[in-house]
Amino acid sequence: MSTSVDGSQPDTAPDVRKVDRVVIRFAGDSGDGMQLTGDRFTSEAAAFGNDLATLPNFPAEIRAPQGTLPGVSSFQLHFADYDILTPGDRPDVLVAMNPAALKSNIADVPHGGTVIVNTDEFSKRNLSKVGYESNPLDDDSLAKFQVHQVAMGTLTQGALAETDLGKKDAERCKNMFALGLLSWMYHRPTEGTERFLREKFAKKPTLADANILAFRAGWNYGETTEAFSVTYEVAPAKLAPGTYRQITGNTALAYGIVAAGQLSKLKVLVGTYPITPASDVLHELSKHKNFGITTFQAEDEIAGIGAALGASYGGSLGVTSTSGPGVALKSETIGLGVMTELPLVVIDVQRGGPSTGLPTKTEQADLLQAMFGRNSESPVPIVAPCSPADCFDIALEATRIALTYRTPVLLLSDGAIANGSEPWMTPDVDDLPDLSVRFASETNALDGSDEFWPYVRDPETLAREWAIPGTAGLQHRIGGLEKQDGAGNISYDPDNHDKMVRLRQAKVDGITVPDVTVDDPSGEAQVLALGWGSSYGPIGAACRRVRARGLPIAQAHLRHLNPMPGNLGDVLRRYDKVIIPEMNLGQLAMLLRAKYLVDAISYTKVAGLPFKAEELQDVFLDTVKGAEEAKA
Amino acid sequence: MTAVDLGLPELGGLADVPTTDEPQKAKDYKSDQEVRWCPGCGDYIVLNAVQSFMPQLGLKRENIVFVSGIGCSSRFPYYMNTYGMHSIHGRAPAIATGLAVTRPDLSVWVVTGDGDALSIGGNHLIHSLRRNVNMTILLFNNRIYGLTKGQYSPTSEEGKVTKSTPMGSLDHPFNPISLALGAEASFVARALDSDKKGLTEVLQQAAAHRGSAVVEIYQNCPIFNDGAFEVLKDKDEAARRIIPLTHGEPIRFGPGSEYGVVRSGFGGLDVTKVSEVGEEALVVHDANLDDPSYAFALSRLGDQSLTHTVTGIFRNVTRPTYDDSARAQVEAAADAKPADLQGLIRGNDTWTVS
Repeated sequence: MSTSVDGSQPDTAPDVRKVDRVVIRFAGDSGDGMQLTGDRFTSEAAAFGNDLATLPNFPAEIRAPQGTLPGVSSFQLHFADYDILTPGDRPDVLVAMNPAALKSNIADVPHGGTVIVNTDEFSKRNLSKVGYESNPLDDDSLAKFQVHQVAMGTLTQGALAETDLGKKDAERCKNMFALGLLSWMYHRPTEGTERFLREKFAKKPTLADANILAFRAGWNYGETTEAFSVTYEVAPAKLAPGTYRQITGNTALAYGIVAAGQLSKLKVLVGTYPITPASDVLHELSKHKNFGITTFQAEDEIAGIGAALGASYGGSLGVTSTSGPGVALKSETIGLGVMTELPLVVIDVQRGGPSTGLPTKTEQADLLQAMFGRNSESPVPIVAPCSPADCFDIALEATRIALTYRTPVLLLSDGAIANGSEPWMTPDVDDLPDLSVRFASETNALDGSDEFWPYVRDPETLAREWAIPGTAGLQHRIGGLEKQDGAGNISYDPDNHDKMVRLRQAKVDGITVPDVTVDDPSGEAQVLALGWGSSYGPIGAACRRVRARGLPIAQAHLRHLNPMPGNLGDVLRRYDKVIIPEMNLGQLAMLLRAKYLVDAISYTKVAGLPFKAEELQDVFLDTVKGAEEAKA
Repeated sequence: MTAVDLGLPELGGLADVPTTDEPQKAKDYKSDQEVRWCPGCGDYIVLNAVQSFMPQLGLKRENIVFVSGIGCSSRFPYYMNTYGMHSIHGRAPAIATGLAVTRPDLSVWVVTGDGDALSIGGNHLIHSLRRNVNMTILLFNNRIYGLTKGQYSPTSEEGKVTKSTPMGSLDHPFNPISLALGAEASFVARALDSDKKGLTEVLQQAAAHRGSAVVEIYQNCPIFNDGAFEVLKDKDEAARRIIPLTHGEPIRFGPGSEYGVVRSGFGGLDVTKVSEVGEEALVVHDANLDDPSYAFALSRLGDQSLTHTVTGIFRNVTRPTYDDSARAQVEAAADAKPADLQGLIRGNDTWTVS
């Protein structure tokens, strides 16, 4: 019997079915290593050349009580042979490592879906812990699914019997068993995972061996037992030519900041306080000090942004990263950045709120906070990435705006983008924009005196000069008090204040941003679906589904929220109906209604999870049909 | 993972700041802005002392930055012809940290008050001190909120009757020196606004110190807390109350130096008549002691009623600064690995679609 893991087929191979896309969800206890398992499968899919998108979903508690519903952690992966837009609505395959994982996820599995359960955990005690009165594996409650019962813990222990590992430690390798089994089912390459495990446990070779053994045992289990009559192949996707890698939103953001420092030729200071789900940006950046990046873990959110602004004042690129509650604390310093007109990049990886809210869940409800969440008239530009890979580009764009216009910029990512991943066509560094800046070196007083006036503006951008300490002859004082236009001295003059308020607003309103593009393949759409941020994927997938039914619908997506693209008003007026799905109670819709007097339809859901394409498809279909009926 | 030993050399506080041979005068440090403190404010004297003292440092003026928070004293930067930022209430140490970390060529000064540094900004103060960021913090203590027109501050004495405490304040005050020493500040000193010579001496050493140097300056607010330190300004009273510190000298004070400081109880210090214990029993001041508990005991000799007030340099020790270490890590990382942006972006796991 062949037990190789090199992917060669045994003589009695099960049926191989070709499918264009698959959604797999790994679910287990927080301590079961589901995120790692999902991550590895994702890497295998990426290495194979599939398009993919992922959705990790885990509790805020590091280890909620074992075996309970609140302790369930899951990782969903969608991979396909074409370009996909979302992590998928419903899993074709659910891997449930315990009764809690089964109970909290089974409702999402469609009829006929595959459910693989780890039977070892289905003890009476564990079943009653989550409210199962009888064992769902024994009654017919799972009859509509293809259920595979696998004693993963026992099998893993058996496979590791010869090693030095204790029973308990051996059992903990069962996630690699599950990964091995799924890798076999979907003909995934395995070298990457084995190499990964060797590197991860380089200092503990026993553990590396054990995990690899468990991984192979899972693979071999699929191949040698006849429990699985079908395996599946998902061919590589036909993506645009280029060099790809898999990337999460937070990593892409961090790389974007690294690149921004290199392209602007500035030192970077990242002043940050740990907060979910933004901390990984800090972790990643702290690894790249060789690019002239200083990471400063401050005593609080306020000190984080304070240090970043202090660094900007000194001629570095100041960056701070946080989530919504942190933005609340940083508001006053953002206001100081607006007043002193210094560049600053403020990253907000949004999460569920208000207050502490849902730290590990996604939401896009900080838009109005970003827009208005400061005292008085305090305009700041706002940008938002539409996918994990877009985080790289949006970091460069935020930096461009901050440096060109000398202003704090709010960058609104969110939990789904932060932890989700997708293939990224990596750019050639030579193609990236030049972000270099010019510091002031000469006096500029408008009254002909040999003085430096800090608030003399560039007529094009309305940006003031960036005169950094250490520049001879340009000594000047700035601060939070209102400035005299031009000279920059403290001024309480009523007309001057009115002028400065309007100048600060005009500067932000005048920022050059690219036009919004509309995707309307038929050119006949009467309905426009407009979104911003991470809902790009679900909105796009829903639009495709609507079009697949022969109904036209247009899609547009905003990456610039303030100022908005110059053509947006025209675009909005071109359609009979504009529908705006948001994971908030209609914040963008409110802004658009106010600014463009457009009767936008707001579709909202604030569940801590991304929209499902199916749900948006239904909403869009209703809207499109409604528009047609209104015409008729 | 073990930490990387950065092998930092010992440097003076201004080691990386460019100097000039051009003679400077106090007036070079005066900005063209009209000073707008109340007549008789102690801030004038401090401003004057700082402007007179700055030329002694011989630094290029453009490499000096004053960062302040909010409050009367925080208007200070507007009056200095250097670079300056008047920032947010309590946040000056945080902003100065970012500046100091990224710009070793700057001499960074923080100007703050008792409300700014010890109330709203208490957290930033203690964290800057424990990190030992290379900056000099001038803490103007007038024991009152002046700019908001006369509420009690975190250094006001208990029972103080103010606009917000008509029945007397309930708060126990901070002793700023004790607080700074509790945060293991590497340089801690106190001076009086009225004592230009003493203040200048302290400022000199504070500027020369590498790390966070905090100087508490007793400063009179003639409008809302006039005479708060009057007992320290009357010549006879001052002689009885002020305990001046001189490194390497026995601690003596009082008319005819009749009093001295001796060890007492569990690691504490006490004031006694020299004639009762003999001169050899007196504590010889050592500002360089590594253990901060001695300096802390010194700080406890004073109390809110100013029966005694210790002035001079309590502590002056050398330990690595946050900003030197942070820069050294960046340099060490750069030496170990080239800044290959393309390599970073691509990573190790790529695939090509052709």
